[in-house]
Amino acid sequence: MRDDSYFTAGGLHGFDASHSRHRIIEMPKVIKIKRGLDIHLLGEPEKVIVAKPCYRYAVKPPDFHGLFPKLLVKEGDVVLAGTPLFRDKYREKILFASPVSGTITGVVRGEKRVLLEVRIEAEKDITYVDFGREEPAGMERRDIAGKLLQSGVWPVLRQRPYGIVANPDDVPKAIFVSCFDTAPLAPDMDFIVEGQAESFQTGLDALIRLTPGVVHLNLDANKNRSEVFLKAQGVRINFFSGPHPAGNAGTQIHHLDPVNKGEVVWYLRPQDVITIGRLFRQGRYDASAIIALTGSEVLKPCYYRIVRGTSIGEIVENNLSGAELRFISGHVLTGARIEHDGYLGFYDHQVTVIPEGHRREFLGWARPGWRKYSTSRSFPAWLAPARKYRLDTNMNGAVRPIVMTGYFEKVFPIDIYPVNLIKAILAKDIDLMENLGIYEVEEEDFALCEFVDTSKMNIQQIVREGLDLVRKEMS
Amino acid sequence: MDFLRKYLDKIRPHFEKGGRLEKFHSTYDAFDTFLYTPDRVTVNGSHIRDAIDLKRTMAVVVIALLPPMLFGIWNIGHWHYLSHGVTAGFWSQFWYGFLRFLPIVIVSYVVGLGIEFAVAQIRGHEVNEGFLVTGILIPLIVPPEIPLWELAIATAFAVIIGKEVFGGTGMNILNPALVARAFLFFAYPGDMSGDKIWIAHMGDAISGATPLSHAMIGQFDKIPPVSDMFLGSIPGSIGETSTLAILIGALILLFTGIGNWRIMLTVFLGGYLMGLLFNAVGANEYMKIPAYEHLIMGGFAFGAVFMATDPVTAVQTNKGKYIYGFLIGVFAILIRVVNPGYPEGVMLAILFMNVFAPLIDYYIIQANIKRRLKRLKKSLTVQTASI
Repeated sequence: MRDDSYFTAGGLHGFDASHSRHRIIEMPKVIKIKRGLDIHLLGEPEKVIVAKPCYRYAVKPPDFHGLFPKLLVKEGDVVLAGTPLFRDKYREKILFASPVSGTITGVVRGEKRVLLEVRIEAEKDITYVDFGREEPAGMERRDIAGKLLQSGVWPVLRQRPYGIVANPDDVPKAIFVSCFDTAPLAPDMDFIVEGQAESFQTGLDALIRLTPGVVHLNLDANKNRSEVFLKAQGVRINFFSGPHPAGNAGTQIHHLDPVNKGEVVWYLRPQDVITIGRLFRQGRYDASAIIALTGSEVLKPCYYRIVRGTSIGEIVENNLSGAELRFISGHVLTGARIEHDGYLGFYDHQVTVIPEGHRREFLGWARPGWRKYSTSRSFPAWLAPARKYRLDTNMNGAVRPIVMTGYFEKVFPIDIYPVNLIKAILAKDIDLMENLGIYEVEEEDFALCEFVDTSKMNIQQIVREGLDLVRKEMS
Repeated sequence: MDFLRKYLDKIRPHFEKGGRLEKFHSTYDAFDTFLYTPDRVTVNGSHIRDAIDLKRTMAVVVIALLPPMLFGIWNIGHWHYLSHGVTAGFWSQFWYGFLRFLPIVIVSYVVGLGIEFAVAQIRGHEVNEGFLVTGILIPLIVPPEIPLWELAIATAFAVIIGKEVFGGTGMNILNPALVARAFLFFAYPGDMSGDKIWIAHMGDAISGATPLSHAMIGQFDKIPPVSDMFLGSIPGSIGETSTLAILIGALILLFTGIGNWRIMLTVFLGGYLMGLLFNAVGANEYMKIPAYEHLIMGGFAFGAVFMATDPVTAVQTNKGKYIYGFLIGVFAILIRVVNPGYPEGVMLAILFMNVFAPLIDYYIIQANIKRRLKRLKKSLTVQTASI
């Protein structure tokens, strides 16, 4: 039985007044997420879409957790959009394709020759590999999966447990699409998918064939108004409300259909569904997407039309203030640190720029801290709940053993004991990790715990190490 | 303040590896980060972090301890002049109390921090902030006439045996301040039991006995009025007498969210219900003390607010905190009333529950695990049925 204290469900009446002036529609129940935290930062994107030409692209194997890539191209090779660049060494069916057509300009390796980036210099007009147009509604599951694998679109599907690229040999018990993002400064999904209803529905049609279970389309009860989502067919629409991490796949999976040992679910984002839809409608891997450029150090935060794997150099050029900056592919809680001309991560639909925090403050622990943000009322931040903050990357303290308790639970809307799971991971006790629910989580579920942690531990890294360890032991 | 920063940066090389003061690296680091927040930045994961750290947390606890401490200082002077039959103004009472209190605090901090710094250096750790609170808690739970050498030994015992042998702050099983008090209580009972302390040399002119020691020897008519016990102008350990001052501290802890309301509430609730139960039995005079008076007598309130809530030694799960707090309240009053050997039960009740805290957590976690296994079973049955 699920612990009822973690959510309450209530009916939502008269949800869409414009369609039902004279009658009350009984809408599906809203799952209210109570535990969590919305961090209000400066630098929200304005709803304008800008397109800037960009020619430097890269696909980065580290974006895909636990992947051992086997390189299929070499420097100087000419590729099309859809040409495979590397494959998963242990799951050979999974290919990772070039998002653009052009020339391979570099293969970047790190320590122990780990493959970090495959760089591509793009042509002005993208040429695509033709995978053939098809209508997914009439196709076999095997053929749909085959097409996704062959075209390199497959990696948009991720799975729980482990948060890795979905295993094509698995049959997931359900597929989840979160249609809203509650992370700090996250883009508005309604805005991003505008005018893409057909591709979105085609993508859903393909997904429906991939699972014998349900495809869940999860919406924010208060924000999502786009008909792209609300009129989607063949899926189950669920409504959520509440603070971050209500929009995280992990939170939604836990409340709708939690992952038990031995079970697999898949999840992806709306733009991934559109990418799948385009593959079937146009017969090509069209990796174009819309991302938000956000953060307090961006002069004009807004939306950009890009292709996955783009360099952010052109986007942020002449649009920054401040000298020492942190560029993040993704949002401030889980994103990856990249260079000022680094490349957008495969799964990210947001770039955030915040100031670095190399500063030393005299008796900082004793000062009132008017400009600081804290969930604890030991700082005056509670006086101005609506205030938006310019936060930097300072740790605000040194690493300590776990002392305080009860803080994580306030921002962790999953029926799991976070501290105990973290301790089990640190102790490398796999049985205990299993018992405490490691199959249900991914590092992003712990992002807020890491944010509020008084002891300044790198919790997401710990959770990732735990997941990798369990996966290694299980295979 | 730039000159200070420059100076610290200038002397830093001496304390780093290979420097001639390498042995004092932990000490340098402790002072450096005490004066200036560290400039360390996040690497990956959450790029921004909450402003709170352990230093801030401990600073808030110390602030919350100020009301009972200030009241205790005044109370020392108040009783000193009272026992000498001299009327004195507020400031002279306070000044006298301050002069008596200062050496106690100094001994507690010098001994405790000395050991902490040494251990941190040996282990190559940073100095933890835990003792900032322990170092002020210890003086507040000892009688004002405590011989300083006894205090020094007790503090050393508490830090070494109570904390460092387990791995330092965050790893200890028992609350270090209470370990210090328990050490004094069992090693030097004559100085702690409450009937001789304070002003005993003044003969019977004014008894320095605490309400609990009156109660223990059956002098129920000598228990001071409720208002005095609530406000705190009664003899007792330095910080424990004024329930009012303790409640102000409690408000600070609860408002900032640093003290746990679940534990505080349930300790008082457990104590009150146990008092009511004794009232109902009413077998002797002690059992007939009104239940609410138990909450303002002795160290009950101080223990509930500042000791039971110690996050390291308390239960970690939220559900467990209710059980933990409630049992502390129950045991404190039980020991106080039923066991004639110990006038004060709070200390023993908290130490006892410290030991049982992991067990309570264990059962709460097991329930979570069972819930997960049950869910798995259910899902397996559904699958089999559908096949």
